Amino acid sequence: MVNEYRIALAGNPNTGKSTLFNALTGLRQHTGNWAGKTVSLAQGNVEYKHKTFHLIDLPGTYSLFSNSTDEEVARNYIVFEKPDVTLVVLDATSLERNFNLALQVLEMTKNVVICINLIDVAEQQGIQINERLLTNRLGVPVIKISARNKKGFPLLLDTIDRIVTGAIECNPAPMTYPPMIEDKIKLIEPKVRELVGNEISSRWVSLRLLDGDETLLNEISKRLVPEEG
Amino acid sequence: MSIQDLYTEAQALSTAELRDDVVQHLYERSHKLCHEGISYTKTKRDTRTEKLDAIFTSPIFGFPIMIVMLGVLFYLTIAGANIPSSILAEFFGFLEGYLTSLFTYLHAPDWLHGMLVLGLYRGTTWVISVMLPPMAIFFPAFSLLENYGYLPRVAFNMDRLFKRVGAHGKQSLTMAMGFGCNAAAVISTRIIESPRERMLAILTNNFVPCNGRWGTLIVLASLFMAANFTGGIKSLVTTGVIVGIVLFGIIVTFFVSWVLSKTALKGIPTHYTLEMPPYRKPKIFDTVIRSSLTKSWSVLVRAVKVAAPAAILTWVFANIYIGDTSILMYAVEFLDPFGKMLGLDGYILMAFILGLPANEIVLPILLMGYLSTGSLTEVDNLVDLKQIFLDHGWTWLTALNMMLFSLLHYPCGTTLLNIYKETKSKKWTFLAFAIPTVLAILVPLIITQTVRMFDLM
Repeated sequence: MVNEYRIALAGNPNTGKSTLFNALTGLRQHTGNWAGKTVSLAQGNVEYKHKTFHLIDLPGTYSLFSNSTDEEVARNYIVFEKPDVTLVVLDATSLERNFNLALQVLEMTKNVVICINLIDVAEQQGIQINERLLTNRLGVPVIKISARNKKGFPLLLDTIDRIVTGAIECNPAPMTYPPMIEDKIKLIEPKVRELVGNEISSRWVSLRLLDGDETLLNEISKRLVPEEG
Repeated sequence: MSIQDLYTEAQALSTAELRDDVVQHLYERSHKLCHEGISYTKTKRDTRTEKLDAIFTSPIFGFPIMIVMLGVLFYLTIAGANIPSSILAEFFGFLEGYLTSLFTYLHAPDWLHGMLVLGLYRGTTWVISVMLPPMAIFFPAFSLLENYGYLPRVAFNMDRLFKRVGAHGKQSLTMAMGFGCNAAAVISTRIIESPRERMLAILTNNFVPCNGRWGTLIVLASLFMAANFTGGIKSLVTTGVIVGIVLFGIIVTFFVSWVLSKTALKGIPTHYTLEMPPYRKPKIFDTVIRSSLTKSWSVLVRAVKVAAPAAILTWVFANIYIGDTSILMYAVEFLDPFGKMLGLDGYILMAFILGLPANEIVLPILLMGYLSTGSLTEVDNLVDLKQIFLDHGWTWLTALNMMLFSLLHYPCGTTLLNIYKETKSKKWTFLAFAIPTVLAILVPLIITQTVRMFDLM
């Protein structure tokens, strides 16, 4: 068990997330994401340096505000199932929209690797990405890959490996909101921490509570405080 | 302290704009990251999309461009369909002569000739000659815009308006679908995740005219609204009227959405991301020509399938007498006082009631109703057609009211069935029927009474 780790794949639809999943695991299966349907998650294994990475392909979503079942499934997995590493797959040709999701994931969990996919297409279009600068700004590794051509896989696997062994530590740069929102977070966060402990990010939960996310409420009372029943 | 209490406390602190502020901040940070971490070398294609977007989705030009596009689309449809329509009508009229001779030659009984030729044949050929040419133009032109990538921009423009009335921006996409077919559009509302917003989209979809109603709208507009104009200007005026009718339908959509979101379907619109595909050169053969041909064909087949039995039924009703009045006339006379109040007449209401299965057959049924009672004129072209209406006391007001009634009235049978399947609720299906019906009665009523009061006729 010590050498087994769970790696979740998150990302916008059509970013090549499933292509990456298939290329890494060698599984040829497709996950459908049709709103309103029960979502089943595809899983597959990768062996690397005597370790087993269990890859979980989360549904493709644009955000994690639990607008839909897909978003809820993806969010619940990242927050409550606590994968060892969450891989956020971004489309290099439309990064601005894609970063939105990455930033949301960074608010929820610490061990994140940002995978900028379709880098070959982006370079054809003359888009140049400075991944070092992005790594610095975000506080987590940013890696350029091309899932179709299996480019960048060694570095990606090596980075995952070094995160799970503790060789790299991720320190996501926190999102800061306008003072009006920050003040409210400050008011509520200590009480949230009392309740959820260090299990999940109390700052993130506070923000969700302020946002009026009732589905999260049910999830928390179901998963975190069952003894109070 | 339980999580529920914390939630209540958080909600007391929170404001309605919090979500928007949070999202805006995420986007600002994304933008900043991209600004710092990405550089572009040869970005011709990208800047082209950006430049076009700056025009098509601009706060100033966005809406005028949209209305002009709509206008051009309708103008092409109306102006282009005129000639092929009358050619088809003439051709079918020519064939009818031969059919009649054939029936006389075979010594077929009069009722058989009446039912098959005057009822079935006329009704269905009418549908074909009035509807096929506009569809053959409208569908390719519409898919051209769709293929080019303009429709998502329309949705983007409309988004803010929909949000303001408490509905979801994606409703503009289901609305666009409704121009083709309301029944299909009701199913397409599945793209809206929130049940509340989806219900709004379902209940208001009917206010965009589907292609079954285009025929009615275009024929009436060109016969009555642009009567004093000739040539190119005539088509232009007709287009103006049609655009006006469509815009009115959209305004009603907003109004009904707003009222519902304040009453029966209270709530705040949810956030969503609309993906803008790049502008693409449309694939002329693959998508535009082939898809619109199949679409036109399937719509036509459906129309004829429904129109044929309805045509026979109408003819039978018009020709079975109880005493010295036909069944049809009983119904017409019964509906007439109410129809007159709305500036319509008993025949028109009868046609809409019998037209419940499909909007395509309303106009043919109306004509058959008129023809079965008056002198049997041969309808070879649109001028003769207008004479039939005039003989039954039509004015521009009748035409306007019928257009509005057609725009606003209850959804067709197929659409209602789909609404029931999608909502699984009799209550909402009934509302989907009742809201448009009430509006379709109120609007012509108000217009007619106002016109009469001020003696504008």
